[in-house]
Amino acid sequence: MRAPKMHPAAAAEPFVEAAETGVLVADEEGGGRSLWQDARRRFFQNKVAVASLVWLAIVAAMALIGPLVAPWDYESVDWSVLGNIREAGRPSIESGHWFGTDELGRDLFARTMQGTQISLMVGIVGALAAVVIGTLYGAISGYAGGRVDGFMMRLVDILVSIPYMFVLILLLVVVQASAFLQSIPGIQFIALFVGIGAISWFDMARIARGQTLSLKNREFVEAAIATGVRPFRIVTRHIVPNLMGIVVVYATLLVPNMIIFESFVSFLGLGVQEPATSWGALLNDGAETLTRGTLWQIGFPLFFFVTTLFAFFFIGDGLRDALDPKDR
Amino acid sequence: MLVYSIKRILVAIPVLLILVIVSYLVMVLAPGGPTSSERTLPAAVIANIEARYGLDQPLWKQIYDYVENVVLRFDFGPSFLRRDLSVNDMIAQGFPVTLTYGALSFVLAVAVGVPLGVVAAVRQNTWLDYLAVGFSVGAQVLPNFVMAPILVVIFTVWLGWLPAGGWNGGAPENLVLPVIALGTSFMASIARLTRSSMLETMNSGFIRTARAKGMPMRKVVLRHALKPAMLPVISYLGPTFVGMITGSVVIDYFFSTGGIGGFLVNAALNRDYSTMMGITILIGALTILFNLLVDLTYAWIDPRIRY
Amino acid sequence: MPLLEIDDLAVTFATPGGDVRAVDGVSLSVDEGGATAVVGESGSGKSQTAFSVLGLLAKNGRATGAVRWDGEDILNAPDRRLRTLRGEEIGIIFQDPMTSLNPFMRVGSQLAEALTEHRGVSRREAEREAGRMLDAVRIPDAKARLRQYPHEFSGGMRQRVMIAMALLNRPRLLIADEPTTALDVTVQAQIMELLADLRREFGMALLLITHDLGIVAGACEETVVMYGGRVMEKGPTADLFAAPTHPYTVGLLAAVPRIDGDGDLAAIPGDPPDMSRPLPGCPFTPRCPLAHAPCPTVRPPMDGRRACHAPVPDVRALAARLAPEAAE
Repeated sequence: MRAPKMHPAAAAEPFVEAAETGVLVADEEGGGRSLWQDARRRFFQNKVAVASLVWLAIVAAMALIGPLVAPWDYESVDWSVLGNIREAGRPSIESGHWFGTDELGRDLFARTMQGTQISLMVGIVGALAAVVIGTLYGAISGYAGGRVDGFMMRLVDILVSIPYMFVLILLLVVVQASAFLQSIPGIQFIALFVGIGAISWFDMARIARGQTLSLKNREFVEAAIATGVRPFRIVTRHIVPNLMGIVVVYATLLVPNMIIFESFVSFLGLGVQEPATSWGALLNDGAETLTRGTLWQIGFPLFFFVTTLFAFFFIGDGLRDALDPKDR
Repeated sequence: MLVYSIKRILVAIPVLLILVIVSYLVMVLAPGGPTSSERTLPAAVIANIEARYGLDQPLWKQIYDYVENVVLRFDFGPSFLRRDLSVNDMIAQGFPVTLTYGALSFVLAVAVGVPLGVVAAVRQNTWLDYLAVGFSVGAQVLPNFVMAPILVVIFTVWLGWLPAGGWNGGAPENLVLPVIALGTSFMASIARLTRSSMLETMNSGFIRTARAKGMPMRKVVLRHALKPAMLPVISYLGPTFVGMITGSVVIDYFFSTGGIGGFLVNAALNRDYSTMMGITILIGALTILFNLLVDLTYAWIDPRIRY
Repeated sequence: MPLLEIDDLAVTFATPGGDVRAVDGVSLSVDEGGATAVVGESGSGKSQTAFSVLGLLAKNGRATGAVRWDGEDILNAPDRRLRTLRGEEIGIIFQDPMTSLNPFMRVGSQLAEALTEHRGVSRREAEREAGRMLDAVRIPDAKARLRQYPHEFSGGMRQRVMIAMALLNRPRLLIADEPTTALDVTVQAQIMELLADLRREFGMALLLITHDLGIVAGACEETVVMYGGRVMEKGPTADLFAAPTHPYTVGLLAAVPRIDGDGDLAAIPGDPPDMSRPLPGCPFTPRCPLAHAPCPTVRPPMDGRRACHAPVPDVRALAARLAPEAAE
């Protein structure tokens, strides 16, 4: 079945072929642009990852445009369905409630889109915060080395072992309770972003440190040091570009985790506050009405939650495979 | 090993102390404490309440007393919310519940996840492997708060087999859904981790040596590959513990199982700081202890590590 | 009839980048009690040749051709048959003693296993025998050593343990895959000496896989030179050394450091071939000083001694040109 393949390259000009191979190998070792071009080509060959990217674009577009075209907004109550959600609140084109309504007669399409906006934003901002903190911390620790490194990493070890969700809950409760803090617009979101980002940077720090350590001893960095390139230029030209790949992959994989975090907190009613909503809050609303025959209330948020998370995970995996072909 | 354990516990003490002090400060400084109610109370009543909670003392004395009570008497003080229950009462009520379904979830996650991962690795690229990989990828997007409602829709609303919640003294039918909802995502992670670690181990030189000795595959896997492949899984048990404790909050909230997570959410929604603090400190201490246990197990398995 | 006869062996690995032909039409034999060396650079396919004898190829590898053991074709034999061959009739030691022993098991248990697996002996009896074998490979204080873990052994000592393990069942053939590559020079000599002694003592045959022509001379009567997955030249070791008939052998011989020289190596210029894109002709062409018209396109036939298009006198002239340099 698996007969040995004939190699097309074997047909003509073997010397040229061999010479080209040599050049390619040299290029790859030099890093730089060809690596990223290669990665892009490999990523776009990955059908699942590309499909995920397309779906993510659709979800994002819906979240942005949906509220503009929907006949209802996310906080107005449709009094005509109230008291008879089970029948009148069904998803239907005629009533304009495409996804039906929630238990309070609010349009679920508009709410789902609004929740999608919030969840995506929390995910992306939270991941960015975690990645920036983590990369800086890890790169500094790895580059400094020695006792500084030992102390910084020991600190991470200790911090990691604390069950942070509880601290985050405490933080959110305090923010909610404080009249002063509540006077700052958007404080609840800011607390969520900061809180979630602040407890998620440990892994990134460890990864960035490990990478920095191994990069420090690589030939091209040593060569740069030997030829008298200044440390700052070594970091910007050699270390940071080589960290970028893993940072991008990790950031992509962190977004869904941030979304899960936020949803967890909002599911408990401690995150996003009414009338604003997020996937977690919508899932909570839907979960409370499971037994009332209005399953669309959990179905639609669940669909967006699950498919979007899948998309992020697949894109992350695709990026990892594309950037690190050895790992296949 | 004993010296190492003692050292680890000594390191844990300042961590816990900081946790206590920070949460106490947050509690005292945060608005909405026991004395700031919607109604304005007469000064005498406020003084009375403050005396009851020791809030009339200087701050350092309050913290000192709190720490002393926790450490020497294992006493987390009164609840700010409930007159009838102290924080200790809540822990006494809730902890056995959490421990019961938590331990079951933990055992389920390990007892199913590890064999699944091993089989998937040994039978790589067979339907069994694809099933295991598919399951672990799927479970990534099904955290406990998603699993719980889905399970209830299927087993309560559609099939009507199991109750949607309640504890009922830990009756089996009340345990099934919480245990599965809490354990599934960790089971999947453990299976995925076991699989990749097993694949890596099976590629290592000493496995080739074992095969070159003429040993059958079953023995190669069980005797040579399993132990080293388990190391990453053992490291993951620490985060699993934290994750499950955290997840128990959702389980208690959704299934009304009455574990400490339920008390925590209730306290959070009602700004009952002393309860939140007590539970957080207890969980912090348990986590540190469990992580120590994990590290000791790791060293016990790997002969190259000696503390 | 030779003890082991490899006939037209080909090994192909299925990789994401296409099939890679690691071994291509290799034939060689080892006589009962005799010793054959397979010499080549890394990537020449010599180790894969050895692995396919015992069915130890990586999962994505596939071997075709024939491997006859005492006349019985054992290539791709069922697992049951291979298991009785492995360790019992044919012992094998690997290149890297650091990774070849299980770091989680006591050395004694790992040794004893080889015996309990093939003979119905008790564990205690097996451990006693293992101790005797450690004595035989000259590990001091063998009895105490049995209770230790591999990380408590030095590299040379671990390789001795590996040898002991391979010899426990008194195999008729020992395959030694680069047994000294990972070791210090002084330890290398000790191990080769040990192998020679044990061969005499146990009367077993040896298939020595190495990139180092220097250790072949005293150890093996027959030598096979491989390059790019193919046999370049083979014959009695003495003939090969005295009068090489292939430009690659000439290059290898010139690269052997001489004790009487300055240690100045005449390395062969160029890179090892890209095995995923083999030339239709001779794989050595791009690096061959005698390459001419038919070399890149027409595969030179094996005439029993060599596979080369260049006339023998030209090769002799090349050898004469290189030899004085190396001797100086």
